[in-house]
Amino acid sequence: MALKRIGKQTVQFIHPPSIIATSTIVGPKEGEGPLSDYFDTILTDDLYGESSWELAESKMLREAVKTAIQKANLNITDIEYMFSGDLLNQLMSTSFAARDLKIPFFGLYGACSTMAESLSLGAMVIDGGYADRIVAVTSSHFSSAERQYRFPLELGNQRPPTAQWTVTGSGAAILSRFGDGPKITHVTTGKVIDLGIKDANNMGAAMAPAAVDTIVMHLQDTGFSPDSYDLIVTGDLGSIGKEITEEMVLDKGYNLAKVYNDCGLLIFDSQTQDTHAGGSGCGCSASVFCGYIYKEMQKKNMSRVLLVSTGALLSTTSAQQGQSIPSIAHAVTIINDIS
Amino acid sequence: MDYIRAFLIGGIICIIGQLLMDGTKLTPAHVLVIFVTSGVILTALGIYEPIVKFGGAGATVPLPGFGYALAKGAIKFTKTEGIIGAFTGGIRAAAGGISGAIVFGYMMAIIFNPKSKK
Amino acid sequence: MENKKLKSLNKQQEYGIYVQQKMPKPNYFKNCIWAFLVGGLICIVGQFVNNFFEGMDLPKDDVTTATPIVMIFLGAFFTGLGVYDKLGKRAGAGSIVPITGFANSIVSPAMEFKREGFVFGVGAKMFILAGPVLVYGIGSSVLLGLLYYFLVL
Repeated sequence: MALKRIGKQTVQFIHPPSIIATSTIVGPKEGEGPLSDYFDTILTDDLYGESSWELAESKMLREAVKTAIQKANLNITDIEYMFSGDLLNQLMSTSFAARDLKIPFFGLYGACSTMAESLSLGAMVIDGGYADRIVAVTSSHFSSAERQYRFPLELGNQRPPTAQWTVTGSGAAILSRFGDGPKITHVTTGKVIDLGIKDANNMGAAMAPAAVDTIVMHLQDTGFSPDSYDLIVTGDLGSIGKEITEEMVLDKGYNLAKVYNDCGLLIFDSQTQDTHAGGSGCGCSASVFCGYIYKEMQKKNMSRVLLVSTGALLSTTSAQQGQSIPSIAHAVTIINDIS
Repeated sequence: MDYIRAFLIGGIICIIGQLLMDGTKLTPAHVLVIFVTSGVILTALGIYEPIVKFGGAGATVPLPGFGYALAKGAIKFTKTEGIIGAFTGGIRAAAGGISGAIVFGYMMAIIFNPKSKK
Repeated sequence: MENKKLKSLNKQQEYGIYVQQKMPKPNYFKNCIWAFLVGGLICIVGQFVNNFFEGMDLPKDDVTTATPIVMIFLGAFFTGLGVYDKLGKRAGAGSIVPITGFANSIVSPAMEFKREGFVFGVGAKMFILAGPVLVYGIGSSVLLGLLYYFLVL
């Protein structure tokens, strides 16, 4: 077995990299939600002065990276790799931001699991001795996602109660071999799981089995119990997906009840903001992790977190061909104090 | 009064649409295709004409009414022009609406921009 | 191999049933009331327009052509103003089923894809949602015409 592998899908780091700085930029709706105080920048106009939603999203991603690098007291040239992705075709938002930032770039597609995916790969590259400092970043934008996956903004359609609201947000994290900050100690990489859900308006139910599989695998591989963590948080399963996950994980012998939450439920107030089952999108776990969770960890209100970003790997084509929704979840262990 | 009848018939047709959208896996696009085709079929069978006579705009404004107009046009022009009329009749009856949609759609696209959802 | 496939299909079925029970049901009653009220009101507007043209002593054929054109204009205009989607959220079928909804389904992509230009954006995408209605509507009218020609005439 490879040196740093434990169990079936998990890697344990010998020199856990630190998350030395993060930055978040979110849209107006997110800025009116329960976590508004935790975000660095709240836009008043989600076009962000650009001529299209896609360019606005790209600017959010780019600025989040620049601000995070500034907060880390570094220069752009100090960052050796950029691990980044988004929801758009051909990663439009990420690619154009990477063009402007000129950091050696790995583009990733994990749908809404991209934040955990980028943190995973970034941490592996640092612990593997391939880089000292990297940036992991992702973004999503309600309007750019709607026009690609769903409907034009002015269409008078109704959203069912299980539908989720794509977050307009970007979150960037600087990982470093040196320096202080919460450390990434373990990474459990998910397999693609598909239990046959075809309804793109019910993503939570489609993705839950993947979250269950990765969480259970992580706990089995590491020997941790749910109570080893202060918080186990999924990316965007929403209210229905969260319920399903809790039950299915309990079925496998682990009780998540005391520590489990979901970024999609944290970022919006479903009662007042009309977001139905909750928030979704890459930017959901990115902004909640880089904003809320990171800052709470710095304040020592939480010290051991398992971030499980979840992604639905469908395309508009696969949906039209009547295919079901394959999903994936990646888990990242972040702890304050290794001792 | 004809307004009350229009309100009733129009409302009922929309309820049927709502039940199909909420209660089945049919998307709005499916429901609209079913409605317009049903309008054609029901007109052919002579069932929709009395509904139009009773409900007026309540039967012609909803999408089955568009099917009704298409069907009437097809039959009218088939009678007078044979097979050619079968091909041209429907679209001729709908010509005003379709051209209007294209022109007004284009105009609105020039003047207005889509607004973010709150 | 067969056994494995069967097992995974069963698992999918089981999961599907499990998810079904968890899904919140839409509020049928409230949605139907809204659809009824808004749909009915839009038809009243249509009736008013119809009566207006009749009052101008236009020939009957012109009235039945002019009324949809006006309704389509109204649907297009309120879509442009950014109001029709708010109506649709509440009214559901009440705003989708009337011909104003047809206009909304044409104007909304026309506006949305303006950023991709007037040929490949507005021009090409305009009928992306309403296309099926035209294809199946006009198609079935042609079929009807042909059937009428061969069976009746």
